Amino acid sequence: MRDAVAALVRDGDTVVIEGFTHLICFAAGHEIIRQRRRELTLCRLTPDLIYDQMIAAGCARKLVFSWAGNPGAGSLHAFRRAVEGKGPPLELEEYSHFGMVGRLSAGAARLPFWPMRNYMGTDLPAANPRIASIECPYTGERLATVPALNPDVTIVHAQRADADGNTQIWGLLGVQKEAAFASRRVIVVVEELVDQSVIRADPNRTLIPGIAVDAVVVEPWGAHPSYAQGYYDRDNAFYVGWEPVSRDPAALAAYLDEYVYGVRDRREYVERSGGLEQLRAAARVCAGVNYGY
Amino acid sequence: MTHTPTELMATVAARELRDGEVVFVGIGLPNLACNLARATHAPNLVLIYESGAIGAVPERLPVSIGDPSLVTGSLMVCGMADVFQSLLQNGRIEVGFLGGAQVDRYGNINTTVVGAYDHPDVRLPGSGGAAEIAIHARRTVIISRLSRRAFPDAVDFVTSPGHRFRGRTRRELGMPGAGPVKVVTDKAVLEAEAETGELVLAALYPGVEADEVRAGVGWRLRSRPHLAKVDPPTDVELRLLRDVLDPQRLYLKG
Repeated sequence: MRDAVAALVRDGDTVVIEGFTHLICFAAGHEIIRQRRRELTLCRLTPDLIYDQMIAAGCARKLVFSWAGNPGAGSLHAFRRAVEGKGPPLELEEYSHFGMVGRLSAGAARLPFWPMRNYMGTDLPAANPRIASIECPYTGERLATVPALNPDVTIVHAQRADADGNTQIWGLLGVQKEAAFASRRVIVVVEELVDQSVIRADPNRTLIPGIAVDAVVVEPWGAHPSYAQGYYDRDNAFYVGWEPVSRDPAALAAYLDEYVYGVRDRREYVERSGGLEQLRAAARVCAGVNYGY
Repeated sequence: MTHTPTELMATVAARELRDGEVVFVGIGLPNLACNLARATHAPNLVLIYESGAIGAVPERLPVSIGDPSLVTGSLMVCGMADVFQSLLQNGRIEVGFLGGAQVDRYGNINTTVVGAYDHPDVRLPGSGGAAEIAIHARRTVIISRLSRRAFPDAVDFVTSPGHRFRGRTRRELGMPGAGPVKVVTDKAVLEAEAETGELVLAALYPGVEADEVRAGVGWRLRSRPHLAKVDPPTDVELRLLRDVLDPQRLYLKG
C-alpha cells in the first residue's frame, strides 16, 4: 500500500475512493493521510467516515459529493465544521446520487457530459452551476446535464483479484466499475490475491478487468469499519462511536494519532483495533453455474 | 396493547403500500414500514434499495442503506447506474419514501442546509438519491414528526421537489411522478390537495385534536371537510414491530 500510494497518488490530485457502504477502502485513506498528501479534490457519492478523517487530517482542498452523513449514525463533524465556518475551509461541489453516477458514467465513456431527466424544481442547479441543461435534438425536451468526472486516481476495494488486477466483486456494486474506467490511474485493494484460474472459472463475477488496473494491493480487513460481503460485517459500533469522536476536534486528532499516524500499516491497525474476528462473515455460499458449451 | 406515536407512524406508512408494488426503501422508519407491510398485507411487495438490492428480504434490521443483509437472498444486485437509470428514471418505481429536516406547505423537502447555502447555520447531508426519487417515483410518501421547525411555510433550500416550486407546478416543470401524495406524521396524516398542491389535514390519530396539528405547522393548515379515521396498530402489527423488525428499538424510539 505504501508503494502504491507513493507512486500513484500525488498532491493536488482528484481522488475517488468508491464503494457504496460496502467495500470502502479505509486502508488506502489512512495511507494517504500518513503520507500527508495535500490539496486533494476528494470525490465520492457518500464521503463517509473515511473522507471525514481525510478532511480532518488536512488532505482535502475540495469535496465533490452527493450525501455527506454518517450512515445510520449521525453527522460527519469535520466536514460540518469546515462548511459551517468553524474549521479550515473546504470547497464544495454538490450533486445528487444520480448526478454523481452520471458524472462517472460520462467519464467512463469519455463523453463530456451525461444527460438525465432531473433537477427541475430543486435548488441544486442554483447551488452548483456545473449542473446545466441541454435541448434534446430529437424530442426538443430540456434535459439536465452533469459534467464528466475523470479522476486522476480511483481506489477500489474488492474481495479478490489476480496479480494482473482482474478484479471480482460481489454484493453491492455501487459505482466502482464506472469510477475505475473513468480514472487515469486505478489501484485495486483486495482481501485475497487469487490465482488467475479462480478468475477464469467465473468470469461473469469480474467487475474490473486487469487492463484498467495499475496496481494491486493485498490488504485483509482493508475496508474496516465498512464491510466486505462474505468476509466481514460492517462494524456498526465503530460508526455509532464515530459521532462523539468526530464532534470533538481533540478526540478526532487523538484517533488519527493512535490509529493512523501511530501505526505503520494495516496489519498494525488490525492488531490495535482488536476483536475484529467477531465481525467475520457466516457462510452463505452459492452453487455456481455451468460455463460449458 | 398500547402503542407509541412512532409505532403508529410506522403502521400508517405500512398501510399506504399495496401488495405487489415496487417500493424504493429508505433506512429507518420507511424500512420498518415496508418490512411490516411485507409481513402483513403485502407479501409480494418488491423492496428496492438505492444501493442496488432488488427484491431484498433482510433477515435483520438494516442499519444502513447498504447493509449486507439486503444482498443475501435478494432477487438481483445491480450497480447504481442501473438503479437510477434503468429502474428509477425508467419509471419502474411505484412508491418512494422520503423524509427530511424541513417539509413545507407544498411538500418541498430540505435535506441540504438550514440558513443560506454558502454560509449555512447547519449543514445537513444533502440529497443522496432523494431529489430524483421525488421527481421520478410515481408517488411518494413523506414521513416526518410535526414541529414548527420541521414544517415551515417555505423550506430554506429545495432538495427534493414537492408540488410547487417558485409558483410552477410539477406538470409545468416536466416531472414524471405525482409527487408527495401523503405526509405521515406522529399526530396526523396530511395530503396534497389536487388543485393547489397544498398540504391539508386529512386524518387525525386517535386522541389528537386538530389544533395540536396546526400548532406544529408553519402555515395556516386547512382541513379536508371529512377527516379519515386512523385505526391504531393491531396486536399483530405491534408484535412484528417490537419483537421481529426492531427488537433493539433503534428506530422505534419516541
